[in-house]
Amino acid sequence: MNISRALIISLLLAGAAFPLSASAMTPDQKGLAIAVEDDKRDNGFLDYKADAIMVLKNRQGDESTRYLRFKTLEVQGDGDKNLTIFDRPRDIKKTAFLNFTHPLGDDDQWLYLPALKRVKRISSSNKSGPFVGSEFAYEDITSQEVKKYTYKWLRDEEYRGQKSFVVEQVPAYENSGYTRRVVWIDQDKYRTLKVDFYDRKNALLKTLTYAGYQKYLNQYWYPDEMYMVNHQTGKSTRLIWKNYTFRTGLSNKHFNKNSLKRAR
Amino acid sequence: MKRFLLPCLAMIGLLVLVVERSASGHELSGYVEGEVRLFPENPNFPRQRDQSASFAVKPEYYHEFESGSSFTFVPFFRLDSADSKRTHFDVRELTYLWLHDDFELRLGVRKEFWGVTEVLHLVDIINQTDLVENFDGEQKLGQPMVNLSIARDWGTLDLFVLPFFRERTFPGQKGRLRFNLVVDTDQAQYESAAEEWHTDWAARYSHTLGDWDAGIYYFIGTSRDPSFTFGTDGPGNPVILPVYQQIQQTGLDVSYVAGNWLWKLEALYRKGQGDRRGLTRNDYVAATGGFEYTFTGIFDSRMDLGVVAEYLFDDRKDFALTPFENDVAGALRLAVNDAASTEVLFGWVQDIDTDARFIFLEASRRLGDDWTLELELRTFLDQPPAAFLFALRDDDLLQLVLQYHF
Repeated sequence: MNISRALIISLLLAGAAFPLSASAMTPDQKGLAIAVEDDKRDNGFLDYKADAIMVLKNRQGDESTRYLRFKTLEVQGDGDKNLTIFDRPRDIKKTAFLNFTHPLGDDDQWLYLPALKRVKRISSSNKSGPFVGSEFAYEDITSQEVKKYTYKWLRDEEYRGQKSFVVEQVPAYENSGYTRRVVWIDQDKYRTLKVDFYDRKNALLKTLTYAGYQKYLNQYWYPDEMYMVNHQTGKSTRLIWKNYTFRTGLSNKHFNKNSLKRAR
Repeated sequence: MKRFLLPCLAMIGLLVLVVERSASGHELSGYVEGEVRLFPENPNFPRQRDQSASFAVKPEYYHEFESGSSFTFVPFFRLDSADSKRTHFDVRELTYLWLHDDFELRLGVRKEFWGVTEVLHLVDIINQTDLVENFDGEQKLGQPMVNLSIARDWGTLDLFVLPFFRERTFPGQKGRLRFNLVVDTDQAQYESAAEEWHTDWAARYSHTLGDWDAGIYYFIGTSRDPSFTFGTDGPGNPVILPVYQQIQQTGLDVSYVAGNWLWKLEALYRKGQGDRRGLTRNDYVAATGGFEYTFTGIFDSRMDLGVVAEYLFDDRKDFALTPFENDVAGALRLAVNDAASTEVLFGWVQDIDTDARFIFLEASRRLGDDWTLELELRTFLDQPPAAFLFALRDDDLLQLVLQYHF
């Protein structure tokens, strides 16, 4: 058992008994404690479905729109399973993408190509690659797991009128396009408000802001909108979420190659 | 085609009446396309054309029931200016999918793909090739079937009953990309007295274990690949006659992913098929395999470059009914990862025993939201007289396809 896993477990066991404001903690411990608390609050949703619209905009302001649907299954003891179905552009309608997230190591990924009716295993080491031509990389849209980063609390700060933790996250997995992410998390509800992404040369690459948080199942906070701006290219992607439904009865059998082939 | 469509529809109708209660969604989508083909070199055979224009449409009607079960109908039609055999209609799909808690039953006309490699789809056997559509063999005719699929923790088991056989399409007199003689599809011969009504069977087991995906199957029935013999047509012209023999085939496909590497293997053992010498059966083994390595974010850009290398083998060697009996293939796949989904694939298949090679380029991108443009270039170089593709040596092709998606 390595130190960080021991710490995660002890923090999980200690729960709220471990006040985050405790000055005894080092910035690393505090950063990890925030991530563990955040993860704990997201736990137990079981599954959800949601529709998404992605509006891609280039520097000239030309727009291109994608319609997608997401299905997610929470997996205890491992990363979540995700199924993404493309509705538009129409030429990629019925294309579907299956992802088994693993906290460390490569995810398992399959792509369904409807023209050939072919399910193709794909290499998931391309974490930094753009997701359907957008400013979101694959590593930005796959599920966030505590073990994926090492943490360092930087400071507390007011962000848009909300008291926030500012935490630096360094990817613990290989092939990330980032040296680090700086994340603003509100102290009251542990909602991510903003993320700055630093590229491999440690220059500011992108900023993601979250808006329109709604509470689901009286417990879970999900945003209506995520807006990613690439500072280096001037391109942006607005990801608009609709029709979140939770605990829809999804199970493992909805996340296999058969379900990938008939996904629509 | 009516011969299998009517029974098929009747069975689907009956099942829907018995199983389904209510409807939840309809959907109509599909595409229309215009295609131009240019053959820059003079044809080798009389009446062959230098260019063609064609129009095709492939609508798709989808209906989902409250239970999650669904009905799909996908007809296809192409009208070609040069080759009357390329003008054709097909039912690509006419399927009722019964989604049960414990299984999926897929009934009707469908397409089922098996395989992992990129250059040659060796073990893919359920559907017949619609060869007039594209020389690459990736276009398939709809196959009538009953398919029971059971997916469990221990893997996926697929059972197929294939009650009706589809003959391969071949280019006509005026078509390019054909042998010196026309294949007379009106005089197809069968080993089985039941002809196209011979019932074929297949069973496939596939499973995923971590980084491994593997499948193994057994097929017994009418070979999708015809053997050939010679004859004459009505007016007495010499023609090639396709002969569909009874075969048994065991096939295997495996892929393994490791970081940026994807390793692939397809292999088969077939009993009952003739070869280039004629109909005498010659059991054989064929295999293809290799790797695909992806360089991500090349030159500090958003672009990915995939490098594919595969070896193609058929132990019938010079008597194989395929040009790919001892060949190496290399391909580069560039994904620009832009909003237009621009992609370019460049490939080279080199015969090891001769200079014969086959080079292709495929490029595609989206125009606006609803249009796509595809460019395809193919060239056959240094085909010696004994080569399988010798008759196609001057059939270099430039093809442009513009599709509107609705």
